[in-house]
Amino acid sequence: MTFELSDRVQAVPPSGIRRFFEIAEERDEVISLGVGEPDFATPWAARDAAITSLEQGKTSYTANRGKRELREAIADYVADRFDLGYDPDEEIIVTAGASEAVDLAFRAFVNPGDTVAIAQPAYISYEPGVIFAGGEVLPVPTREEDDFRLTVEGLEEAGAADADVLVLCYPNNPTGAIMPEEDLEPIAEFAREHDLTVFSDEIYAELTYDGEHTSIASLEGMRERTIVFNGFSKAHAMTGLRLGYALGPADAIGAMNKIHQYTMLSAPTTAQYAALEALDSCDNDVEEMVEEYDRRRRFVLSRFREIGMDVFEAKGAFYCFPEVPEGFTAEEFAEEVLREQGVAVVPGDVFGDVGEGHLRVSYATGLEDLRRALNRIEAFVADHA
Amino acid sequence: MSEREVLELLRENARYSAADIARMTDLEEDEVEAAIEELEAAGLVRGYQAVVDWDRLEDERVRAEVELNVRLDRETGYDDIAERLARFPQVTALRLVSGDYDFDMEVEGDSIREVSQFISEKVAPVPEITQTVTHYVMTSYKENGIELGDGEDDDRLSYSP
Repeated sequence: MTFELSDRVQAVPPSGIRRFFEIAEERDEVISLGVGEPDFATPWAARDAAITSLEQGKTSYTANRGKRELREAIADYVADRFDLGYDPDEEIIVTAGASEAVDLAFRAFVNPGDTVAIAQPAYISYEPGVIFAGGEVLPVPTREEDDFRLTVEGLEEAGAADADVLVLCYPNNPTGAIMPEEDLEPIAEFAREHDLTVFSDEIYAELTYDGEHTSIASLEGMRERTIVFNGFSKAHAMTGLRLGYALGPADAIGAMNKIHQYTMLSAPTTAQYAALEALDSCDNDVEEMVEEYDRRRRFVLSRFREIGMDVFEAKGAFYCFPEVPEGFTAEEFAEEVLREQGVAVVPGDVFGDVGEGHLRVSYATGLEDLRRALNRIEAFVADHA
Repeated sequence: MSEREVLELLRENARYSAADIARMTDLEEDEVEAAIEELEAAGLVRGYQAVVDWDRLEDERVRAEVELNVRLDRETGYDDIAERLARFPQVTALRLVSGDYDFDMEVEGDSIREVSQFISEKVAPVPEITQTVTHYVMTSYKENGIELGDGEDDDRLSYSP
């Protein structure tokens, strides 16, 4: 007997990075700039809290929405950092990573046939998430000449006025672009005017190197139509602990909780203890990591320019988005630099067609490796000039 | 311009070139060079050394931490005693500390015998020194902020979203 796949599963193509992964596995001495996770370990205090919770046998389910104490801590944190006010009882849900929160939102608010506009280049999971929910994806390209920021013109050209949901991710994976408040205002106005629900993935909010992060939900009239996603994977280096959360109006979070309680029951308990400690006492660790990423960011941007590859001035997350030299597609460049020089980078078209001609280069890797990797890229570019 | 930032980077890795530091700090290369020269001239940066994991060397290298107690008199202060001890090439670090003893001294030599002899023949006889307690270093796990173990492999996937 063979399994007959559902139409929705069949509609999602295999991941664009899978093939590269297989090549990398065969080759020795690969320096990877292809990773979307910190190279730092979770701050010790958070790990210690997780260990202590295990020692104390705290291994039961928690409340579906997450431990109340953690929801309170999250409410305080987002109020303090991003000027967002959410009630821990009804407007916050703790999930198994921000990815689960995103998936819950698609399933809770996207009907079959609904249109979900996604600002691209975009994190690779949004599109499959929409398809699994039965929705239709409307790509909204952003352009390098606009610093990869979303504009109202871009939304209009793409036909997003007729969409049901708009997905934003700033600071952006893969470009490193940010959207300051003045850029978000017209987008918010567009969303209000056309009655769009906004999903705002702000997982990289802490990793903003130039100015402060603004959440679109903090703008006038946006709170009631926005779901904000965040989590502990990036700024707190807790990817493997799988802990995220969503913020939104009570009825919306209630709807997401309905799915969550039947599928996940509750987010990992051990991770919730770690997260509580992370919010309570790890600000300095976060600050140090952000400082280190910033140094690496400057280093990498400067080296790409020396190598002669145009690169966008990334101001958030831990990625930069250089252009591949003439004569290569993004995929060709990524594959050949991996085979010839053992440097793993992700071709930009994986993040949407508009990413063609670019590479996503992660600097969540130690400076020595970055230096060696960029020397290798330099040699590769020189060999193929 | 942040001299402190340059200092922090040099402490992290003194072999970063001026160009590397310039890339990381958004300074010009000649500004970094000038800053380093100034830090050296002002005596803030006193030298550059490799952090060595001696345990990996075939030849024996013996190190000891020595606690010293001293008796002061009207003529002799801590600085005078320190000056005398610091001149010995076997002494690699010397600090006046608070607590149960006065000086914390690090000593290096090629053998236990050599280090013992140095302490008993050169240090202990110093008239102001009233007591020495020698702790031989058995294994070093961290030096100058750098962990000396094998290091953990980066087991992250080479590609992740």
